[in-house]
Amino acid sequence: MTELTLQTAFSRTALARPPSALSAALTLGWRALLKIKHVPFQLFDVTVFPIMMTLMFTYLFGGALAGSTQAYLQYLLPGIVVQTVVFLTVYTGVGLNTDIQKGLFDRFRSLPIWQPAPIVGALLGDLIRYSLAAVVVLIVGLILGFRPEGGPIGVVLAVLLMLVFASAVSWPWIIVGFLVRTPESVMTTSFLLLFPMTFVSDIFVDPATMPTWLQSVVAVNPVTHLAAASRGLMHGGAKIADILTVLATSVVVTAAFAPIAMRMYYKER
Amino acid sequence: MTPAIDTAGLSKAFGDTHALNGVDLSVRRGAVYGLLGPNGAGKTTTIRILATLIRPGGGSARVLGHDVVAEAAAVRAKVSLTGQFASVDEDLTGQENLVLVARLLGFSWRDAKARTHELLRAFNLDEAAKRQVRTYSGGMRRRLDIAASLVATPELLFLDEPTTGLDPRSRNQVWDIVRAIAAEGTTVLLTTQYLEEADRLAERLAVIDHGRLIAEGTSRELKASVGGRTVHVRVADPTRRDEARALLAEAFGHEVHGGHEPALLAAQVSHDERVPHALAALAARGIAVAEFALAQPSLDDVFFALTGRPAERSATEEVT
Repeated sequence: MTELTLQTAFSRTALARPPSALSAALTLGWRALLKIKHVPFQLFDVTVFPIMMTLMFTYLFGGALAGSTQAYLQYLLPGIVVQTVVFLTVYTGVGLNTDIQKGLFDRFRSLPIWQPAPIVGALLGDLIRYSLAAVVVLIVGLILGFRPEGGPIGVVLAVLLMLVFASAVSWPWIIVGFLVRTPESVMTTSFLLLFPMTFVSDIFVDPATMPTWLQSVVAVNPVTHLAAASRGLMHGGAKIADILTVLATSVVVTAAFAPIAMRMYYKER
Repeated sequence: MTPAIDTAGLSKAFGDTHALNGVDLSVRRGAVYGLLGPNGAGKTTTIRILATLIRPGGGSARVLGHDVVAEAAAVRAKVSLTGQFASVDEDLTGQENLVLVARLLGFSWRDAKARTHELLRAFNLDEAAKRQVRTYSGGMRRRLDIAASLVATPELLFLDEPTTGLDPRSRNQVWDIVRAIAAEGTTVLLTTQYLEEADRLAERLAVIDHGRLIAEGTSRELKASVGGRTVHVRVADPTRRDEARALLAEAFGHEVHGGHEPALLAAQVSHDERVPHALAALAARGIAVAEFALAQPSLDDVFFALTGRPAERSATEEVT
C-alpha cells in the first residue's frame, strides 16, 4: 500500500448520479444471483429434501396409493414442485436476517438509493432461485418418468402461479426475519408453519381418504389449491376456481403483510 | 461555511436506557475528529443518528448543512459509514462487494469495475480480489469495508471503532488510510476507545460518557486538563502498596489511586522535580520498586480526572 496509490484512489471522484429505483433493485437482485453462484448449497439443501420425498413416496407408497408407482408420480410431482418452492420462501427471511446481523443492511440504508430496493432486490433474486429449484425438481421428475400432458406451456404456467404465491408468502418470513435474533430461528419458526402447511394438503394423497375434520382443514389450505391448480395446469384441465383462489390468497397475504414488513424496514433497529 | 457536524441537545433513549443525553457537538470541515469513550458511552448511537440510520429522540443534528431527519436523503448522498462490524457480504468476493456498492451509487458497469480495481490496489487487496470475503483476515475485511465506504469519495466519513480487534500491523495500515483520506479533504468522524488512536489521528476530540459530552478539545488540551504526566509505580511486594500509596501522596501533595493490578499505583505529576523525592521516600522506607514509569496520560487517566472513576471496559470488547 503506497502513499501514491492511496492518494490516487481518494482523489475526489465526482459522486455519480444515484441509480434509479429499478436499477438499484436489479443490482441487489444481481447480488442474489452471485450468492447462488458462490453458495449453490443454499439452493440444493432445500431441493434435496423434496427429491427424497418424491423417491420415498413414489416407490414406497406409490403402488399402494395409486395402483402403480408411475401413476402416483404423475399425481405427486406437481405438488412436490409446489412444496419445494414454498419451502424456499423461508430463505427470504433467513437472508434478510443475516444481512441485518452482519450490518449489510446499515450499509445499504446509508446509501442514496430507493430505500425499499434491498427488499425488492432480494425478492427478485428469490424468483430466480424458485425457478431454478422448480427446474431441478422437474428434471428429476422427468427422469423418473413424470410426463406432463399439459406440455411445456402448462408446466411454465404452473411454475408462474407458484412464483406468484411464493412471492406473497415471502412477506411473512420477511417480518419474522426482522423479529428474531438469528437466521437459524427464522428457519425454525417458519418450518413450524410450513411443515403442516405442505403436509396437510393434497400434495401427497387424495384428501377423500382423510377424516372429515381434516378434509375441511385441507380444503381451506391455500397450498391445496396451489397443488391442485399446478396438477391441473401440468396435466391439462385446471379448475379456474383453484387458480383464482391462489391468486386471491396471494393478493390478500401481500396486502396484509407487505405494509407491516415495510413499516418494520423503515423502523430503526 | 457550515460545519460538517452541528448538533444541539441531541438525545436518544432505547426503552429506559438513555443512550444520549443532550449532546452538543460541532465539527469543522476537513478535520479528523475523534469521539472517545468506553463501551456503551453513546458513540455508536451518535454516529447512527448522524448517518440517518436512526432518528434523534430529542434535539437536532445537521450534517454538512442538512437536517438528518428532514433532509435525510441529502445527507446520505454526501456521507459514508463504516460500521463497527465489517458490513460486507461474506459470500461474495472482495471485487463483487465493491462493484455492488459502486452500482448502487450509480456507476456504470464499466466505471464500477475501474473504480473497484483502483480501490483494491490502493488497499492492497488486489491479490484477494477474486476470493470470497469469508476467507479474509480481520484486517483485510476492515480494509475492504473502508474501501466500500470510499467508492464515491464522501464529504464526511464515519468510522465506528475502525481498529477494534485488529492486530498492531493492521491497525497501522488503517491509520495510514485514515490520514490519506483526511489529506484529500474528507472530514472524518472517528470513534475509538483508545486515547493513543485519537491522539495520533484526530485534530480535536470529544470525550463522551453515559451519553454526555464531558470534555472537548485538542488532545493536548485534554491531557493538560488531567494535569501533566502520570507516574506508574509497581511495588515489588503488593502487601506494602498502601504504605507506598501514602508516601507518594505525601510527595506529590495529592491523592494517589491504585491501578487495576494489586501492586500498581498511578499518580498525577504536576511538577516533575517531585519525582526524585517520591522515589527517595520509598527507598528510605525500604519499599522495593519493581517498575517505575513516567507516562503521558492514558484514556484511563483522562477518564479518572474527568469522572473520578476508571474507564470501564467490558470483557467482550475485542471482536474478531
